[in-house]
Amino acid sequence: MLTCRVIPCLDTTDGRVVKGVRFQHLRDAGAPVELAARYEGEGADELVLLDVTATTSSRGHALDTVRAIRRVLAIPLTVGGGIRGVADAVAVLEAGADKVAVNTAAYRDPALITALAERFGAQCVTLSIDAAAAGDDWMVVVRAGTENTLRSVVDWARTGEALGAGEILLTSMDRDGTRSGYHLALLQSVASQVGLPVVASGGARTPQDMIAAIAAGADAVLAASMFHDGDTTIAETKQALRSAGVAVRL
Amino acid sequence: MTAIPLGVLDTGSANLASVLAAFRRMGVSPCLVRDADALRRADRLVLPGVGAFGAVMANLRTLGAADALTERITNGRPLLAICLGFQVLGVASAEAPGVAGLGIFGGVTQRYPASVRVPQLGWNSVTPTRADGVVQPGHAFFANSYYLDAADDAWSASYAEHGVRFVAAAERGSQLACQFHPELSGRWGAALLQRWWDRC
Repeated sequence: MLTCRVIPCLDTTDGRVVKGVRFQHLRDAGAPVELAARYEGEGADELVLLDVTATTSSRGHALDTVRAIRRVLAIPLTVGGGIRGVADAVAVLEAGADKVAVNTAAYRDPALITALAERFGAQCVTLSIDAAAAGDDWMVVVRAGTENTLRSVVDWARTGEALGAGEILLTSMDRDGTRSGYHLALLQSVASQVGLPVVASGGARTPQDMIAAIAAGADAVLAASMFHDGDTTIAETKQALRSAGVAVRL
Repeated sequence: MTAIPLGVLDTGSANLASVLAAFRRMGVSPCLVRDADALRRADRLVLPGVGAFGAVMANLRTLGAADALTERITNGRPLLAICLGFQVLGVASAEAPGVAGLGIFGGVTQRYPASVRVPQLGWNSVTPTRADGVVQPGHAFFANSYYLDAADDAWSASYAEHGVRFVAAAERGSQLACQFHPELSGRWGAALLQRWWDRC
């Protein structure tokens, strides 16, 4: 049977891994290639690489980092940040990505999702959605959290699926970097409304947070701070998941 | 004429870089091939595949590669087909009704049922039916929405489950066709590529 994926996320800018809190106050967290190799060795199921300042500084994704990681990495690599059109997607795929994650550009021009899916297949297109709580609902935020669209997250996720996306990377901006656990109600509402795999992101601190996210419907769990800061290793995390009855690859 | 120890067919598919990187880590220098002549000359051939069934078949026919591929496979020459490269070996696909595949396998690829997440994205356990095959038991990385439920009898199949039991790989001598991505399947995948290489 299909196992749950544990996915470390490297947020990068200027060739370094960084991590912030609620998308702000970025601090250095290491060198991307070294971290990528270490995480694969520890049992990471996939790696996500997000250039977090590409969109707000109006430049494309840093391709050198993608190439350097690809040389050493034998697990899937999803690359996002600054993908504005099909040409940008081709560039990151040629540099070594296996999937592209689109966020702001897809929101502005949803036809981009369809164009990417037709060319590369749905399994190659991750729709990255950043969510901000608003009462009992969640709104889509874009441009690295700087712009609230006031569009319902569930509605956008369903639209993305209809347009051809192959996966939803769902980040709670309110929980990002706070280590207060994933936003379970957000996960539940999206995972129950789409047929696509859903990746939980934002707030992980412990393997227990991941077990809760999987129980809420997530197919994969993503974390950054928890692994970068050495709270726990991916190997320990996956052991804990298995002990709790979650199917993982060890 | 230069020898091509390993040709990787450029079908305009997406993740060529990962396939090339996996072989380079093995110390092999892969060569991209784009026409029927180079496809015939390559000692070993990789048919990668990320994309859509209809588009890849159209591409193969335009390159004149479809007939050359069928000929290679019929003659038992070394082949590694990956993901969509595996699916085009079937007669057709529910993904592109009316488009003919290469017809090496009798089956038609079907879409996974709505009871499971589609696409299948992640690591699934693979169980071979023979013990001494290139494919050994373990977890492989899959990224697919369509599957084949049976391979041809002349091939040894490995199976996995995602709502239904499906063919994870089929092998015959130095020919290996995988629904999963060996190039993305970590150490297990690297060992698999090495065993395939050694068998060629």
